[in-house]
Parts: sequence; C-alpha cells; structure tokens
Amino acid sequence: MVEIGHFALVLALALGLVQMTVPLIGARLRDERMMAVAGPVTLAGFAFTALSFAILTMAYARSDFSLQNVWENSHSLKPMLYKITGVWGNHEGSMLLWVLILTFFGALVAIFGRNLPTTLRATVLAVQGSVGVAFFLFILITSNPFTRLSPAPVEGRDLNPILQDIGLAIHPPLLYLGYVGFSVSFAFSVAALIEGRIDAAWARWVRPWTLVAWVFLTGGIAMGSYWAYYELGWGGFWFWDPVENASFMPWLAGTALLHSAIVMEKRSALKIWTLLLAILTFSLSLLGTFLVRSGVLTSVHAFATDPSRGVFILCILMLFIGGSLALFALRASSLTQGGLFQPISREGALVLNNLFLTTATATVFIGTLYPLLVEALSGDKISVGPPFFNLTFIPLMVPLLLLVPFGPLLAWKRGDALAAAQRLMFAFAAALVAAMVTAFLIDGSSAIAAFGVGLAVWLMIGSLTDLAVKAGLGNVKPSVAWRRFVGLPRSVFGTALAHLGLGLTVLGLVGAICFGTESVLTMKPEQITELSGKRVRFDNVVPVQGPNYTDERAHFSLLGPAGEVRREIWSSRRFYPVRQMNTTEAGIATLGFSQLYISIGETTESGLVVRLWWKPFVTLIWGGGLVMMAGGTLSLLDRRLRVGAPARRSRKSAAKPAVEAA
Amino acid sequence: MTRKQKRIAVIFGGLAFLGAATALTFVALGQKASYFYMPGDLVSADVQPGQRIRLGGIVEKGSIARGQDATVTFAVTDTAETVNVSYKGILPDLFREEQGVITEGSFGPDGGFVADSVLAKHDENYMPREVADSLKEKGLWQHNE
Repeated sequence: MVEIGHFALVLALALGLVQMTVPLIGARLRDERMMAVAGPVTLAGFAFTALSFAILTMAYARSDFSLQNVWENSHSLKPMLYKITGVWGNHEGSMLLWVLILTFFGALVAIFGRNLPTTLRATVLAVQGSVGVAFFLFILITSNPFTRLSPAPVEGRDLNPILQDIGLAIHPPLLYLGYVGFSVSFAFSVAALIEGRIDAAWARWVRPWTLVAWVFLTGGIAMGSYWAYYELGWGGFWFWDPVENASFMPWLAGTALLHSAIVMEKRSALKIWTLLLAILTFSLSLLGTFLVRSGVLTSVHAFATDPSRGVFILCILMLFIGGSLALFALRASSLTQGGLFQPISREGALVLNNLFLTTATATVFIGTLYPLLVEALSGDKISVGPPFFNLTFIPLMVPLLLLVPFGPLLAWKRGDALAAAQRLMFAFAAALVAAMVTAFLIDGSSAIAAFGVGLAVWLMIGSLTDLAVKAGLGNVKPSVAWRRFVGLPRSVFGTALAHLGLGLTVLGLVGAICFGTESVLTMKPEQITELSGKRVRFDNVVPVQGPNYTDERAHFSLLGPAGEVRREIWSSRRFYPVRQMNTTEAGIATLGFSQLYISIGETTESGLVVRLWWKPFVTLIWGGGLVMMAGGTLSLLDRRLRVGAPARRSRKSAAKPAVEAA
Repeated sequence: MTRKQKRIAVIFGGLAFLGAATALTFVALGQKASYFYMPGDLVSADVQPGQRIRLGGIVEKGSIARGQDATVTFAVTDTAETVNVSYKGILPDLFREEQGVITEGSFGPDGGFVADSVLAKHDENYMPREVADSLKEKGLWQHNE
C-alpha cells in the first residue's frame, strides 16, 4: 500500500521531466502536438503527487510505524487531528506538501490558461515543471518520507509537542500556498524571457496570480505570528527570528511586485522591473525554503539537520536563481519599454513604494544572512537581533507608511500632489488629533507612542479618504455619491481595505509595544495582583490528564470592580512523557481588541511563578492581516480581471488545497 | 520628461535609497548587533557594563538558586570560566542543570550578569548551536544521547 505512494512520487518525477522538456522544445519548434502535451502531463503530475500525499496521510492516520517518517513523528495516542497535521510537521512530509502545492498551481495554470497563447502556456508549464523536478529529486534522494523500517517498531516517538496544536493545521499550508504561489509569476517571467516578448496576456496574468499568493502568504505569516504568540508563552508576536524573516522577505518583495504589476497592467510601464521582481520574489521563497529546511538555522522549524540536504537545496537555489537572473541579463534588453510618466503621478508613487519595499527587503536580507556569512568566512559567531531591524527596517517603513494615502489619490501619468494633500486634510487633522490626545493621555511620556497612533489613524482615515473622494462625497448630492460609491470598481475597495488593514496592524503594534505592561511575580492561591488596572486572582492549580500529556492547569480569575469574577483564565504547563518535554499553554483573555496574557512557570517555595502581560489592541496586529487578505481577495474579484483572464475561477479553486491538505 | 531624464532620475533615486540603506545597515551593525560570548571569551573581550550581549554556555550543576519573587540565579559555564547570572521571569521549559543555555542581557555595575531573556531549545538532546559549536572548538563537547 505504502509503496504505491512511493511509486506515485517517482512517476510524478518522470512526468515532471516530460513536462519540462517536451512542451519547451515544442514551443521552440512551433509544434502544436508537442506543446499540447503540457496540459495533460501537468494534470497527471498533480494527480500522482496528490495520491502520494494521500497515502502518506493514510499511513499517519493508521499509525503505520513501519514507515520511518511516521515512527519518528507520530504516536498512536496522538489525537487524530495531530496525526494528520503531523504529516507536514516534519522535514520530509513538509517537502511533500511543498511539491503538492507546486503541482497544484501548475494544474491551475493548465486548466485556466486555455486562452493563453499556446507557446506561452507551454513554456510557463515547462518552467513550473522544472522547479517540480528539482524538488521531486530532492525528496526522493535526500528526504524520502516512504523509507521503511524493519522490523516495524510498536510505538512511535511522537510529534514535537510544540507542534501539536491547531496552528499546524493552518499555518504551514497557508504559508506554502503563498511561497509556492509566487512560482506562477516566476514561471511567467522566465517564460517571457525565453520567448523574448511580453504581451498583453502576460501582463494581465501576472497580477491576479501574485495577488493569490500574496493573500495566502499574508495569512500564513499572520497565523504563524499568532501561533508563536500563544504557544511559546513569551508574550511576543514577532522576534525577527531568521525563520520569520525567511517568510517576511518574499512578502515584502511580493507586496512590491503586486504594486508594480498594477503599473504594468494599466500603463504597460515598468515591465522589465516587474519581471525582475517576480524572479526575485520567488527566489526569496526558495531562499526561505533553504534557510528553514537546510539546517543552517536552529529553530522549531528546522526539524532535522543533514548536511547533504543543505547542499542539495543550495544547488537548487543556485540553479534557479542564477539561471533566471542570467536569462534576465541576456534577454531583458530585448524587451520593449513601456509608457512615460511624470515623477508625481500614480506610477511615480508606485515606483517609490517599490523602492522603499525593495530596500527594506534588502535590509532584512542582510540582517538575516550577514551572521551566516560572517560565520562561514571567519568562524565568528554574531547574532543580529531586534535592535538591528528596529534601526534599519523601521526608518524605511515610516516614510513609506506616511506616503501610502497619497498614492491612490494621484492620477495616472501626471498627478497633482497639492490637490491630493488638500483632499487628505481631514485625515491629517484626524491623525494630529489622535496623536495629541494620546500624548495628553500619557502625559507626553513617549513621543514615539503618540506618533505611532497618529500614523495608524493617518493610514486608516487616509485609505478611506480615497473611497470618499472617488465617490465624490461633498461635491455631489449624497444620493449620487452613494450610487457612485456602490459602483466603484472592486479593486478600488480592495486597495482601500488593504491599506486600512495596514493601519490596523500598525495600531496593534503601537498598542502592544508602547502601551503594553508586564509583571513577573510568585503567587500563592487566592492572592490578587494588579496590572494596568486589571485585578487578577490566582485560584489554584488542577492536574489534568490529556490523551498524550499531563497538564498542570492554573486557574486565574479576572475580577471586576466589586470583586466579582469577570472572566476565568486557564494557563497551563503540559508535560509530554514520550518526548520528556514541557510546553506552555498561555492563558489569554480577550477584552475588546486587547488581551490579558498569563503564562506560568514552576512552583517554588514562595509560590507559583506567574508572568502577566497586558497588551492593548494586540489583536489588531493579526486582525489587520485579515483585513489585508480581504482587500486582496476583493481586488481579485474585480470585473476587469475577469475579462479575458479567468482569475475569478482560479481564485475559487485556489482555496481548495487548504481543504485537501487538511 | 524625456526617457533619458527619467532614467537618470530613477538611477539617482535608486542610488539614494541604496545609500540610505547602506548607511543604516552599517550604523546598526556597528552599534547594535548583539554579539555572542562564552564565559571564557569575556576574559579577553572588552565588554562594558550595560552593553547588551548574548552569553551562552552550560548551566553549572548545583548552581540554580531561587530568590524572592521569581528571581532565579544560576551560573553559566564553559567549564573553564563561570559567570553568575540573575534572571527574573519564567525559565524556558527545557532549562535545567548541565544543559545548554543562551541568555541575553548585560552586566550590572556589580559585575553580575542580568539577563532579560533566557533561551533553551525545544528539543530534548539539544544545546543551542552557538554553544555546541563553541564547546566543540574547546574540545568539551559530549553527546548526551
């Protein structure tokens, strides 16, 4: 049974080899029959990869410990949800999920790309196929999940307890859909370079696919951040950890790509730049895969370290990044230039956005890779921490955020900055008031906090101003304005919503960082402590037996003014006997947008060690991410994108793998 | 604006950004990159009180002592040199004697190391890699399978 999964994987590799060669040669020779091979082969490759994945999942569900991979990462007592999510809670399985999603996107291009020029479609699928082949080889040679054990052990070694959480069901599939989703715009870019021309169909296709990937990556990062927040028990949501940066770099580059693709689609300018960005974005995705999977970093994500894997991924990385950039260097000059525009214009604003975002990507890149480089060259170990990123990334982000509301208000080709500024007067006034009120409330103790709140309000009101201006609010009768408002293209709403989400995230960050409070103390039962006006009583500790762990569950009560219990909070330390490991399950009470966060340590002579945090507006950090995703999705539904490019259908199906993978 | 002017503007704009980013990066790396030290490195290194560093090593056997109100003191050693560390907070789940640990913080005026974060990896046979590599270099590495 299990061998079928292995064979299916080998067959998928063989199909991938056909997919990367035959259509490509066909496209060169203009041979219709050879190009027609691309579609069916891509679909079959996806089917076999899915079969292979399904069989591995089945082995996990049945706790088939004759498979080394299942034995190492599963346990018969583990709840079914974690048996299934455990499939990608390890190196081999997560690589299989990676190629499954890659072939899935290939299949989507094959299905929805029927109206593409045949040579372009064939070339795109061939490029996708070549990426697939590299990773199939990687899995089969260095990380085969179907390796057998003989004799089969009776019991498994269990999954890392930190990963036994609902977060594992959501975070990796979303993240991979984002990472790997950028392979489509990469394949389109490489295909355009091979063909030596960028036509209208190409320009129309890149933006929706980038948008799909971006929406998923946004979700994956936000989910990962929230998971780390509640699972690690440190009360932090972003650590500038190299693994986080690995997913953040493609996001930054992808955001830049999203914006430059607008210019290309609407004004057919910035074509070459967009193409380069598409290549860089997927290259950063590959780099992220390398950093996380090769074992050069130690983290909860680096499941196993095996030098041969690192070298293999490094080779894949050099082949694709080097190859595509070399192709770019050779062919980019043959591509046609686009339209002209004034520096102050929508295009100009989007170029500025791109400059900021790519520079920010570069600083994150340096901060992430510099320590590795120094270690490789001199053997010195340095660790670049949050102070580095605060000093480089934030100064680059603040001006960008200040400029965001201007962009959508500028006209294409030649904009009027003064008119845009006038329209933003209200947003500016609101931001100023918000900043002053904040400064007043905190007695001017933190200028940064006041500025941060003002910035967030500026972003939020500024993005809504765009909608008001486009509807003509104040210039025409309210009924007319409403009709216009309803009739605005969905992409306009999408933009406003995404920028609004950004503002919400900024507000959440400022709230949690500048206004958060914490305290550490030892508590005896019935003792009451106070944090930022919240009175919390520690009641008792109850032992609880879980399916594959024992729980030491501490009960806390959030007290109201009269001493009544407003909210019960459970915070616990779990012990997983199979791996002899403890995990922390933080107790969180959400009050409005804010959270009270409690994690517990050991019981000492003077009582239980308790750490409490009060985090104002913290949920907005991830809520803003969800709003950004909604904005991206809305933009995908735009009517304009549906004409000629069936992005609507492709978006619907893009939601599938999350279901499938689960 | 002609194509040529536009190109010049883009190049200068790009260079300005590149320059700003480089400047920021160098300033940040020069000042704020927090460096990693083992207790033995501190003998020769010039680490000022208040300077933020990462200190790694092994938690010395029998050195963990709990003070009042969630304060813990322990000694970090590379077997040659030892540094006393105090920390107020919740220790990571895998913090224990004779296990690898990385603490982050700075030396107080009295010469003791005050940590504001303590890291130990989430795996049983684990030692932070920075620590493991340094110990291997010094020939002190033992695999505790």
